[in-house]
Formats: sequence, C-alpha cells, structure tokens
Amino acid sequence: MAWDLTLIWAGVIGLAVALYVILDGFDLGIGILFPFTKNDSERDQMVTSIAPFWDGNETWLVLGGAGLWVAFPQAYAVIMSALYLPVIMMLLALVFRGVAFEFRTVAVISKRYWNFAFSAGSMIAALCQGMILGGLIQGIKVENGAYAGGAFDWATPFALLCGLGVLTGYALLGATWLVMKTEGPLAERARRQAKILLLGVLGFMGLVSLWTPIAFERIAVRWFSTPNIFYLSPVPILTALTAFATWWWLDKGRNMAPFFGAIALFLLGYLGLVISVFPYLVPPSLTIWQAAAAPASQSFMLAGTLPLLPIILGYMVFVYWVFRGKIREGEHYHH
Amino acid sequence: MEFDPVLIARLQFAFTVTFHIIFPTFTIGLSAYIATLLAMWVATGRDRYQRLARFWTRIFAVSFAMGVVSGIVLSYQFGTNWSRFSVFAGNVIGPLIGYEVLTAFFLEATFLGVLLFGWGRFPPWMQLFSAIAVALGTAISTFWILAANSWMQTPAGHEFRDGIAYPLDWWAIIFNPSFPYRFAHMLNASYLTAGFVVLAVGARYLLAGRYPDQSRTMMRMALGLLALLAPLQLLLGDLHGLNTLQHQPMKVAAMEAHWDSEKPGDFHVFAWPDEEAEANRFAISIPNGASLILTHRLNGHFPGLKNVPPQDRPPVKNVFFAFRIMLAIGFFMIAAALVGAWLLWRGILFEARWYLHIVAHTWWAGFVAVIAGWVVTESGRQPWLVQGIKRTAEGISPVSATTVATSLAMFVVVYGLVFAMGIYYINRLIAKGPDTRSGEAQAGGPGSPLSSAHDAGQEALARGG
Repeated sequence: MAWDLTLIWAGVIGLAVALYVILDGFDLGIGILFPFTKNDSERDQMVTSIAPFWDGNETWLVLGGAGLWVAFPQAYAVIMSALYLPVIMMLLALVFRGVAFEFRTVAVISKRYWNFAFSAGSMIAALCQGMILGGLIQGIKVENGAYAGGAFDWATPFALLCGLGVLTGYALLGATWLVMKTEGPLAERARRQAKILLLGVLGFMGLVSLWTPIAFERIAVRWFSTPNIFYLSPVPILTALTAFATWWWLDKGRNMAPFFGAIALFLLGYLGLVISVFPYLVPPSLTIWQAAAAPASQSFMLAGTLPLLPIILGYMVFVYWVFRGKIREGEHYHH
Repeated sequence: MEFDPVLIARLQFAFTVTFHIIFPTFTIGLSAYIATLLAMWVATGRDRYQRLARFWTRIFAVSFAMGVVSGIVLSYQFGTNWSRFSVFAGNVIGPLIGYEVLTAFFLEATFLGVLLFGWGRFPPWMQLFSAIAVALGTAISTFWILAANSWMQTPAGHEFRDGIAYPLDWWAIIFNPSFPYRFAHMLNASYLTAGFVVLAVGARYLLAGRYPDQSRTMMRMALGLLALLAPLQLLLGDLHGLNTLQHQPMKVAAMEAHWDSEKPGDFHVFAWPDEEAEANRFAISIPNGASLILTHRLNGHFPGLKNVPPQDRPPVKNVFFAFRIMLAIGFFMIAAALVGAWLLWRGILFEARWYLHIVAHTWWAGFVAVIAGWVVTESGRQPWLVQGIKRTAEGISPVSATTVATSLAMFVVVYGLVFAMGIYYINRLIAKGPDTRSGEAQAGGPGSPLSSAHDAGQEALARGG
C-alpha cells in the first residue's frame, strides 16, 4: 500500500511541476521578451495578456514546494539545502517580478524601473529554475539522509546549460502565447521571435540529450541498453515531429496551434528527464521510496488532493475561458 | 566573521515572516470588507458602495501581490533554512501547509483575477461571488497556517519515533489545545487591523473635505464593526492567555516578568527584566494584578521563570515588552472604537475634528499590535521549536552561517525596497481616492483607453506627487 501511495504522490508532484513549468513558463516568458520591444503600449498589452492569470500560475510553484514537503520531506530537505543559493535567488527574483505587475500600473516616473524589475526578475527566475533542474539531474551528495556538500556544488557548466535552456524555452512559450493572445505588429514580431527561439530550444534539448548520457553513466544505461532503446525511441522521434509541426504552424500563420506545440515540446522534454532519473528523486542518492513521508501523512493529504485537484483545474479552466480572446491595442482589464 | 548559525537562521525567518504577516493581516480583513461592500451594492443598487469596493480593490491588489510573493518565500524557507525541522515535523506540518495551498491559495488567486479584471465584463453578482471566494480563501488560509503554528506551540495527536513525528489523529493535530484560541484571536486581529485602516482613510478624507458621502459610509461601517470586535478581542486575548498559562506557563511568566512561583504575581506597567539577576528593575507595578488576571484570585499563584533552568526560559525582554505594546494598542483600539461609536450615536462624529485627527493618524495600530503579538507567541515559545520536544537549534539546515547571512542581507535589501515602494504606491492610491466619474464611464470595459490606476498615477504626477 505504501508503495502505491508513494508512486501516486510522485505522479501528483510531477503533474504540479509540469503545470507550473507550462503556466508560469509562458508568463515568465513575457518578461523575458520585454527588452525586445521599445514600445510602452506593446509592453502594456503583453502584461495585460497575462495579468488575470499569473497569480494562479505561480500558485503551482507553492504546491510543488508544499507537495514535495508533504510527500517527500527527506528530498525537500536535501534539495533545498543543496540548491540553497539558486532557490533563494529565484525567490527574490519572483518577489521583484510579482510586485512589478501591480507597481508598474500605479507608478508613473518609476514605471521604467518596474519594467526592468519585471523583465530582470523573469529572466533570473527562469535561469535559476533551469539551474535547479540541472543541479538536481547532475546529482546531490547525501550522507546520513542530509546534504553533505558545499554551497556552490550545483554551479557547473551543465547547470548553466540547463539554465539557459529553460530561459529559452520559457521565452518560446511566451512568444507563442503572444501569437495567440495579441494582434498587429506585436503578434507578428512574436511569430518571428518564436521561430528563432524554437531553433534555440531544439539546440539546448540536443545538447542536454548528448551531455547527460556521456557525463552520467546511469542515464546512458537507462536510454541505450536493450530493450530500453526500442521502448524509448518514440520520445526523440515525437519531439522531432512536434518541433517540425510547431515550425510549420508558425510559418502558416496559425494563431493557437504554435502555443500548444510549444507545450507539447516542453512535456516531451520533461518526459525525457523523468525517464533519465526515475525512480530517483534526488539522484543518485534517494529514490522516491527512500524519501517518502509516513504513509499516514501521504494518505491524509491524498484524500483531500484527489477531490480538490479537479476542482482547482475546473476554476483554472473557468478563468482562462472568461478572459479568452485576443487583447487589442490600448485594451486594459479594469481594476 | 563568525556567525551563530541558529541565530542567523532565526533572524532571517523572523524578518521574512514579520514582513509577510503585515499583508495577510490587512488583506484578510480588507477582502471581507470588499465583499460586504459588494453585497450592499447588489442589495441596494447604490453606486456609492460599488465605488468604494473598486477603490479598496485597487489597494487590495497591491497589498495582496506583496503578500503572495513574500509568502512563496516562506514556503521554501522551511526547506532552505530549517531542513531538519522539515524532516522531523514534515509528516505532521507538511499536510497542513499542503491543505492551505489546495483549499485557499488557488481559490484566492483564481477569483482575485476575476475580481480585479472583471469590472464591466461580468454582472455584479459575479463580482460579489468572486469577492466572497477571495475573502473565504484568506480565512481558510488563516485556519491552516494557524493550525500548523499552534501544533508547534501545543503539539498533540502525534508520536515521536526515532526523533521523527508521526501522525496518529489528524483531528487532534489540527484542533490542538491552543488552536481555537489562536485562530479566533488572529482572525479578529485581521478584521480590526483593516477596520482601523478604513476608519483612518475615511477620517483623512473628511478632514480634507473630500468624498464626504463615501467617507461617512466608510466611518459608519468601520465603527459599527470595531465597537463590537475591539472589546471582543480583549475577551479572546484573555481566554488565549489562560490557555497559554495551562500549556506554556513559561511564556506567560515571561509576559508578566514573573520570577517566583512562591509569590503572587504583580502586573508590571513598566519594568526592566534583568535575566542575570532573575529580578525586575525600575518596576512600576499593580500589586497582585497578574494573579488577578490569570488566576482570578488576588493571592493566586502561577509558575515563575525560576521554575526552569535559565537555558529553558524564553528571552524575557522580547516577550515582556512586546506584550505591553500589544496590550497598550489593544486598549487604545477599544477606547477609539467606543468613543467613535458614541460620537456616531450622538450624531456629532463627523464634526468632531479632534477625533478624526486621532484616528486618521493611527491606521498603523493593528499592524503593530499583530507584530507585537506574534513576537510574544514566537519568542515566548523559545527555546523550543516544537514546545517541550525539539529545540530550535535542532531544526536548522546543514548550510553555513555565512550563506544564510548573505541571503538574509539580500532579503533585507529587496524587502526594504519593495516595502517602501509598496507603501508609497498605496498612499498614492489613497490620495487619489475613489473614482467619482459617472457609473458608465467608470465601468469602462474593453477598449477604454486608460486604466483607473493609470489615471491615479497621472493625477498624482499632475499634483507633483
């Protein structure tokens, strides 16, 4: 029974992280694309397109953190201690970016500083999230169930590569979101940006796919030993097809399809990483079962999570539905 | 430079949580007020209520954003700075925080989007429904976070095996002995805090001769509430104190700077508790006052600090002085609420400028009282992290003190900047005041050129603000 619970929890947290990455990914992407427009009206449209959603999107990050603590306290403790600095940097960046949403609408003279805070905060948060991911994949030194390394163990070229990859990926999500939600010159530029970013994302995905099996033997064994190689080969093939389709949709002037193509690309990349590290939550030391909370805690929490998650997803769909459609120039949602 | 890692970790948590608590305290109360205004709008159709609701919603948005971002930091700090605590208490505390996210945060975040951006898009009942959902979300959030905090004060419903807490009875964990008192006291404190801010803003406008109708509505509504809740808080606080005496007697001993169990306790109006000498200096006291409050008998006895060795005592000065600050503000609030209600009843409130001046300048009362109250309860729990079971020093992360000190410095700089700007912008929104344009122009909707918040900025700029 405990075995099943732990697996279910790994699934729930995997879902929360995936939703977070996609949802906050596109709104962080808006901040990343901010410097590439000099036009204040366009910046307002960009922010307006995400204003009703960002708070809910970021709540998935809280659920990811809290869920990790609830279901895998040992992993939560180890990961947060080991990746202390990028986690704190990410949080500080999110503080700047979060308040900038409200402050820039109220500010007049200082608006450009809050534009900067919004953009820099988005970029740093994305970069840190990628470095946290890289720091986790490359492995964390654990002794007696606690972190046993230094403050900068995470800072490797591989972590930086992952950081830049996530930054580019979020920018792609943001650009395709703008293609879907805006019109006119803003949408046209986003379409051109999305193509470049798509190539960038493919480059980073390729680099990570080469780097991880070369540097980490456990990952090479997972992917290239028979029969795994046959079962797993659809993942890279599907990725290539999705990338091709996204490019084609961008090229043919489709509005909504590129955004969903970018999401699919993210999910495939995510799936690839899960395949690489499973069943480790903290590679190469703690599996999900070793890090699991007491079964009584996991089941108490699950009893509420299973009915509540559909409700939460329900009102999420509701808010995206009521604020559907394109933002026109000069349009603001009213405060 | 060498730092004490426990002290630095505590300082960091104290700093970030103190900063955070300011905003939820305000938004819990304010969301309930906004929901009430919208309910009155829907019921009466009077435009005044809708304008006030929109005005306060703008202020709510800025405050809520600061609350959200500082709250995300906290949810990760348990792991970054208190990872050993996360492991030994995670089975019990983790699910309570998890339920807070699931039942409260998503509700608030989703319907706040509708409330903020739905004006002119949706029918009034939908705005009302969203406001109620947000208000309900903030109260549910209070419920869970105080259940978690109260378990650390009065742990129940668990067992420790190999130094790790395992849940036995969730009902006992959530409704642990101090929880009902702490929850009621804190929720009431939030409504009081927001009530005094609304009262202050109403008084400020009346003194300046602006928005007379809306100001009177604000002051009437606020005083009606405060005249009930301020005295109620005294009762709730007293019950909470008696509960604390039962479960955490050393906290109460520090609150009263009471050293000897053999003697009845005096109530010290002022004193300088000397922890070395285990005595009070410069005491101005009401003889047997503390005994009367705590035991309801003049010569009643209650445990003194000397009952436990010095290393098991809380830092007396923090607790003692914070308690006095909270108490003084509490009595001020009762006086301000009752006098205001009396003036209102006599029909002379809006001409009583001396009274308007006082309340216009005491908008901060609730915030300071809440922070002082939390210092009493958290410092008073020391040296324990989980009362009587785990010491604070046992909870920290295996992270170097220098690292924690560096991040603390960054938090101080970032929060200082964000807080200063947040206060500045809220003040600007208040200075701008409720929208007085006609209902239709105000309803705006898609295609209207400027947001009202933008207007606020423009007007402030025009006035040299």
